[in-house]
Amino acid sequence: MLRNPLLRPLAALALLLLIDFFMIPGFFRLEWKDGHLYGSLIDIVNRAAPLILTALGMTLVIATRGIDISVGAVVAISGTVAAMLIGGTMQMHDGVPEYASRIPMVWAIAAAMGAAILCGVWNGFLVATLGLQPIIATLILMVGGRGLAQLLTDGQIVTVYYKPFFYIGSGYLFGLPFSLFIAIGVFAIVALMMRKTALGLFIQAVGINPVAARLAGIRTAALIFFVYMFCSACAGVAGLMISSNIKSADANNAGLLLELDAILAVTLGGTSLAGGKFSLVGSVIGALIIQALTYTIYSMGVPPEVNMVVKSIVVFAVCLSQSPEFRGLGSGLFSGAARSRSVNGKKP
Amino acid sequence: MKLLRQSLSSPYFTSLATLALLIVMFVLGSFAYTGFFSLQVVLNLLIDNAFLLVIAIGMTFVILSGGIDLSVGSVLALTTMISAYLLQSWHWPPLLVIACVLLIGSMFGALMGALIHFFKLQAFIVTLAGMFLARGLCYLISINSITIDQPLYVTLSQARIGIFGAFVSPSVVIAMLMLALAIYIAHYTRFGRAVYAIGGNEQSALLMGLAVGRTKVMVYAFSGFCAALAGVLFSFYMLSGYGLHAQGTELDAIAAVVIGGTLLTGGYGYVAGTLTGVLILGLIQTLIAFDGTLSSWWTKIVIGVLLFVFCMAQRLMSLGAAGSGSATPAATAA
Repeated sequence: MLRNPLLRPLAALALLLLIDFFMIPGFFRLEWKDGHLYGSLIDIVNRAAPLILTALGMTLVIATRGIDISVGAVVAISGTVAAMLIGGTMQMHDGVPEYASRIPMVWAIAAAMGAAILCGVWNGFLVATLGLQPIIATLILMVGGRGLAQLLTDGQIVTVYYKPFFYIGSGYLFGLPFSLFIAIGVFAIVALMMRKTALGLFIQAVGINPVAARLAGIRTAALIFFVYMFCSACAGVAGLMISSNIKSADANNAGLLLELDAILAVTLGGTSLAGGKFSLVGSVIGALIIQALTYTIYSMGVPPEVNMVVKSIVVFAVCLSQSPEFRGLGSGLFSGAARSRSVNGKKP
Repeated sequence: MKLLRQSLSSPYFTSLATLALLIVMFVLGSFAYTGFFSLQVVLNLLIDNAFLLVIAIGMTFVILSGGIDLSVGSVLALTTMISAYLLQSWHWPPLLVIACVLLIGSMFGALMGALIHFFKLQAFIVTLAGMFLARGLCYLISINSITIDQPLYVTLSQARIGIFGAFVSPSVVIAMLMLALAIYIAHYTRFGRAVYAIGGNEQSALLMGLAVGRTKVMVYAFSGFCAALAGVLFSFYMLSGYGLHAQGTELDAIAAVVIGGTLLTGGYGYVAGTLTGVLILGLIQTLIAFDGTLSSWWTKIVIGVLLFVFCMAQRLMSLGAAGSGSATPAATAA
């Protein structure tokens, strides 16, 4: 039980919630209002949904020893495409506002997802087919992609005036945020794919040793291609969610630094950046930790600027705790203390 | 065909290609826009990108050693912030401030290097956390922009050094001296050779008896120093300290290094190539500014396309090198 890799991220999340319990009055209170559930926890989960999605995609990429730093740009692209195609106008008919979209919303969403998947195809092509280093291959889209989104919108923020679209990011289903259901749905699909098919095993094999995996008959290139496509698709959904939540597409700021948060969430969840081992549940917990941390910092009245410092210290701490060298150092220093503590613990 | 393969596998190939591209872009610009063909336009490239050049020099060493440093943009911002704070609130003498921030930058880099080397952490994630940390520390000092009105800084920001009827800023001179020093370090010192060797193959470098640990820590310290120096130049340029300064500069620096012909896997490339990389990024911006009808986001798209093209060239080159069975790139380059 103590060996369970999820223990550490769970403990971190529990510690955070414990701090919240003492520091923020009414943190765990949930209220039922207008058929919706309200409360800090719901808020955290709702805001974490885009991050959970991107982190899920990123987990698979990192599991194959890759990295995708273009997810922020993909979020901007998919949000922009959706917002531009839906657009929407509010017309007053006899004093009643009516909302009309430019093209049917389903098509707009399909186009946005298509654009996101196309980004993934591009990344996959560069990494799997051409054999570029993942960080550089995705750097190209990270730099160019945001420029493309800005070009599409002419650098302006595209506002959406079409109510049904807002449901994705801020709607409620059975009293819970709809974005939560999307996140759960994607998680379930990925988890099923990883557990019930050999895909998870193949991804691990590629991450541990790509050459050996190829020699063992795994179609490495196709697998890596798929992983980048999936990651971009996840980012595309996150982009829809974000743009629907803020009721507009902001090519300059949507998903800015999201790739870093996603990588952070994956690392916090115990997935090694060296590839091979991965944990989907861990990444979800990691994303929740980040969002809870942000929420805690904001609601404790600490200036939001401290957020980045705290985040960076958490990353340093988590990375160090994952390093065997550091643990060796730690156990050398603390083994004496730990022994005396266990002796003390036995006495009563 | 043989000639093509030979030129492709030559260690100078991408650097030369970049230089050729630079010249072609400049010639095209000269024909297309009036007033483009002048020495001042070229010198303005240097004036506007002196800080980027200094950062990219540090990044070149990191990438040559097989690592990456994402914290440089934030360290630059932190430097401008600390400088502004020490000058405006504590009224420290400017030279002491500069010495102080350069030391802070180097220490910051050295600490990250130590984490990377001693605890075998990934350079990517450590410098990513360093990026967050430095940016966050900026906001701890102040969330607003602090204007610098210290006389020496103002003098340096307005000084013009004449060359053949045109002029450059003192920052350009500092950046050029830094470039000369970096070329010397990379190609004529033991440290430089160790950097190439580690980038080529860390295991062999270790077996060769090179001081791998010390060199790696020093590479990140050097990059931190360069970022801090770039911050000093940037504060001459902007006369302010601000936490939002130079966002995304780390990616511009990486792009400049790649376009300059340095292989991202390490061990292969030239510091001088980085100058051409920086000039190309600057020239794209200048061309777009001269055109006037293109929006500034075209810059990003063009940089993305160039990155792609140069990565492809690198890929072809490494295939060419493997095909002709030449000596390892690291050996030829060093």
